[in-house]
Amino acid sequence: MATLKDILLKISAVKKTRQITKAMNMVAASRLRGAQTSMEAFRPYAGKFSEVLGSLAQRAGEEANPLLVPREEVKNVHVVLCTSDRGLCGGFNVNLIEKAAAFMKEKADTGIDFSFTNFGKKGRDWCRKEKLQIDNEHLGVVGASFGFNTAATVGKNLVDAFLEGTYDEVYVVYAEFASMARQLPVLQQLLPIPPIETGGAEEAGAYMPEHICEPSTDSLFGDMLPRNVYVQIYSALLETSTSEHAARMMSMDNATKACSDMLENLTLVYNKARQAAITAELMDIVGGAEALR
Amino acid sequence: MAGNIHLEVVTPEKIVVSEEVQIVASPGSLGEFGVLSGHTPFLTTLNTGIMRYTDLNEKEYYVFVSGGFAEALPDKVTVLAESAERRSDVDLERAKAAMERAEKLLAEERSREDIDFSRASASLERATVRIRLVGLS
Repeated sequence: MATLKDILLKISAVKKTRQITKAMNMVAASRLRGAQTSMEAFRPYAGKFSEVLGSLAQRAGEEANPLLVPREEVKNVHVVLCTSDRGLCGGFNVNLIEKAAAFMKEKADTGIDFSFTNFGKKGRDWCRKEKLQIDNEHLGVVGASFGFNTAATVGKNLVDAFLEGTYDEVYVVYAEFASMARQLPVLQQLLPIPPIETGGAEEAGAYMPEHICEPSTDSLFGDMLPRNVYVQIYSALLETSTSEHAARMMSMDNATKACSDMLENLTLVYNKARQAAITAELMDIVGGAEALR
Repeated sequence: MAGNIHLEVVTPEKIVVSEEVQIVASPGSLGEFGVLSGHTPFLTTLNTGIMRYTDLNEKEYYVFVSGGFAEALPDKVTVLAESAERRSDVDLERAKAAMERAEKLLAEERSREDIDFSRASASLERATVRIRLVGLS
């Protein structure tokens, strides 16, 4: 049976833990706000971009660009894995890594070589542990503040490697921010660029045909396709960052609640123990007095 | 004809300009072009350069743009750029540092890798344009 002092120690330890989780929750909340602001700020650009890209795709000639053509033989698959640098965010990273692992398993028996670009330490550590080939790693991006430049540089490397034939297919795994409580791991193909949605065919058709394009429709399209890759990477990074903070906020909230529950129980145990001690002492005294009489 | 056009300059990070203007001149990849209200629908890529516009009070503004494209419609101009800054937001010190860095790279390592070369010269161009923009009166 634990003594009173032991219980008191335990209570103060749990209290301190609760303080920490509470603080982490608040930090995550304020970072989340920042990440959401960046996402909001990106929306007008992304919206306009896909609008223009969609209508250009309709007008551009067939097989206009090597970035669009699927390879007949796929031997080298590259995965951009977005995870967080830090833990304590529930199943967030595990889910992302499982998504990537499931994808590899799916393709395992076809003799494909996988390589990785890692955003975030957790994914990199996993790749190292599994002895997977890491071509590139970027730490301190997800969950921090980063610019479009970061995405553009990485995107450019990927596009170049794809064109050189180093990679036959490129995918990105990231966490989609569905809501505060739900972050979905998503696998998306980056290269070759999947057929572009023209988004409401008649509307797009009516929107563009009379545009004059400079230098030409095809070269404009060719200019926009790599940029489309950068845009997708940027948006994947933004989503992952936002999701990370949301996931951490949730798990820290749960931890704080668990601490509170534990405190309640411990206090109860403490009070009972104290009462038992008092009762025992009283019995002693009463017993002693009786004996003297 | 003094109609107004709505000018919007958007980067992935923020909306840089969104206002009613009279005239816009921007650095298209096939030469500078000006837009007044009633322009034919038009789409072009942009060079790194300086965009000018005049607001409703006849005041002229300059904006640095790089890596993007512009769409002109009769009553609207939308510029999507990878980076864009108003003149007052340009960081002169940073641009100067970037210029020095790029020049150094170009001077010493011209033979190394052509990828680095193109990147450095693009960065030099951006820095030069930024510095020129600040110097404009």
